[in-house]
Amino acid sequence: MSNPQHNPLYRDTPLILSVSGVSKSFDGFKAINDLNFYLEEGELRTVIGPNGAGKSTFMDIITGRTRPDLGTVTLHDNDGHDMDLTKLREYEINRLGIGRKFQTPSVYKSHTVYDNLVLSLNRPRGVFKTLFYKETASDRERIMEVLKTVRLESRVKDLAGSLSHGQKQWLEIGMLLAQDPRILLIDEPAAGMSDEETERTGELLLSLEKKHSLIVIEHDMEFIRQIARKVTVLHQGHVLKDGTFEKVKSDPQVIEVYLGRQGKKSETK
Amino acid sequence: MIKFKNVYTMLSTETKKEAGIFCIVAALLMLIPGLNAWGPESGLLSVSSFQVSLWGKYLTYAILAMSLNLLWGYTGLLCLCQSLFFALGGYAMGMYLMLAIGDASGAERALPDFMVFMGYQDLPSHWKPFDSFWFASGAVLWVPGLVALIFGILAFRSRIKGVYFSILTQALTYAVCLLFFRNDFTFGGNNGFTDFKEILGHSINDPSTTRWLYIGSALLLLFTYLITSGLLASKLGKVQQAIRDSENRVLFSGYSTTSFKLVIFTLSAMIAGAAGALYVPQVGGINPSLMETGKSLEVVVWVAVGGRGTKWGPVIGAILVNLFKSYTTQAFPDYWLIMMGGMFVFVVLVMPNGIVGVYQQVKASIAQKRSLQTAEA
Repeated sequence: MSNPQHNPLYRDTPLILSVSGVSKSFDGFKAINDLNFYLEEGELRTVIGPNGAGKSTFMDIITGRTRPDLGTVTLHDNDGHDMDLTKLREYEINRLGIGRKFQTPSVYKSHTVYDNLVLSLNRPRGVFKTLFYKETASDRERIMEVLKTVRLESRVKDLAGSLSHGQKQWLEIGMLLAQDPRILLIDEPAAGMSDEETERTGELLLSLEKKHSLIVIEHDMEFIRQIARKVTVLHQGHVLKDGTFEKVKSDPQVIEVYLGRQGKKSETK
Repeated sequence: MIKFKNVYTMLSTETKKEAGIFCIVAALLMLIPGLNAWGPESGLLSVSSFQVSLWGKYLTYAILAMSLNLLWGYTGLLCLCQSLFFALGGYAMGMYLMLAIGDASGAERALPDFMVFMGYQDLPSHWKPFDSFWFASGAVLWVPGLVALIFGILAFRSRIKGVYFSILTQALTYAVCLLFFRNDFTFGGNNGFTDFKEILGHSINDPSTTRWLYIGSALLLLFTYLITSGLLASKLGKVQQAIRDSENRVLFSGYSTTSFKLVIFTLSAMIAGAAGALYVPQVGGINPSLMETGKSLEVVVWVAVGGRGTKWGPVIGAILVNLFKSYTTQAFPDYWLIMMGGMFVFVVLVMPNGIVGVYQQVKASIAQKRSLQTAEA
């Protein structure tokens, strides 16, 4: 069977991230199996897949938390330089401009919303640099800008721990934005949100498209319908299919492994 | 004067309040040696030299608690070997004091007594530099600092976290404790060091020496407070607290959390070492029982009782728990451990933020009631 992923569809647009031939097993279990994934500059990509498809391991590999057994992960720089991410540590990868949002909201609950963003700014992050850090006017401007984007201006002085679940999720997205990342990896942003919050999250993500490249992992089909441009379906650590939401949704193989089960679940409800 | 006024008005009310409390504490601390030197001979306001050195000891405990708070309260690292760093600092100072005994007796570098009993002919070479007070004072900082640095590199680089970190630190203090109990380890075995005679040429039992040791402890306490406040006000302090709340988020925000934890851990060990160095001359001896695992657990109790993650909580906790301990070990000597255990359980269950936390809780609930009343009116 020829795998279309080996020939990315739009080679003419510049790629920002290439994941090729990546495999990773844990105690003999192949979490990721010959995975190929290519992301374009400014693209919003949605990754779906049933539980255990390897979505989280996939993110772990890109962000340096897990080292792959085989394969390469390459970040393509604007000036044509390529960087191999498989040898770098988490914080080094982050400094290259790859931000990650965790599934459960991870904010600094005993800091104010403002300080959460101060800590996320793309500024020198060494121990002694932070000891002598002085906030500048441009730092404040950038923080206010981010607050506006994630609509948390009114909560700026509140402790992050006092925010609602949805607001924490937005704050964390704001914390990623404050880093000025090239790629945002976002794990289930709509989990546990009300319908209204989910929709606002979708709007937020869509507004980031083009300015940043985004990979969004999601389960919620309504939400995917709202934001989906190109969808990649993972199954057993491998890319099963990719394409538009409509195309993927009507693919018999995808229905078999994922949507079918999802459909059955909602019927039993 | 005008300049000072300008600066003063620039400070936030919070900072002014903190500065005020700091000055009051400083004044209270100096009251004890002041009364000892110039106060009445008897009566309510008389302070004996014994009391001065007793309070001096409490202050070194308070500094030890502050150093643990820096780790546990503000960085989320529950270190169960804080007393080890305290003891290492104490031993470094003790080595100087042991050699000073020989100087006092007029002998040319006499061997400490325990070495004579062990049949040593000459001073072991690692003891020789401790003849100098200033070398010993440096070692008080760098020996615990180096131990923390090496242990920290091994632990933090391997991503050892949470309870596993605590267990390893406990194992470390136990291992070093066993080492110091050995007679052939050149540190006096289970007897440790004792019978000090003088420090910097002054008799160790002289009331003025006692006062100066107390003042040194008080100054170190105030200095430690200033270091803690300075750290917390900086971005480094914010990163520190962020590590406590969500270490992964910090790591994935481009910070090498390993380096941050390492710096804080080493700093905290050095502060504990300095406190230990002031402890030893005030209690007149040191032995390896100070490194037993229970001693470090006691420090955890002090911090928990006072209020972890608060600036003065550990000081209050260390002093109150030790006053209580002094009373209990005299009145009901067999029940002290049970009482301490009970106190710890009580604090964890009923007042998770310690004594300082209770004050804040009461204040918050009063404020809430008031706002409700005004809302009703």
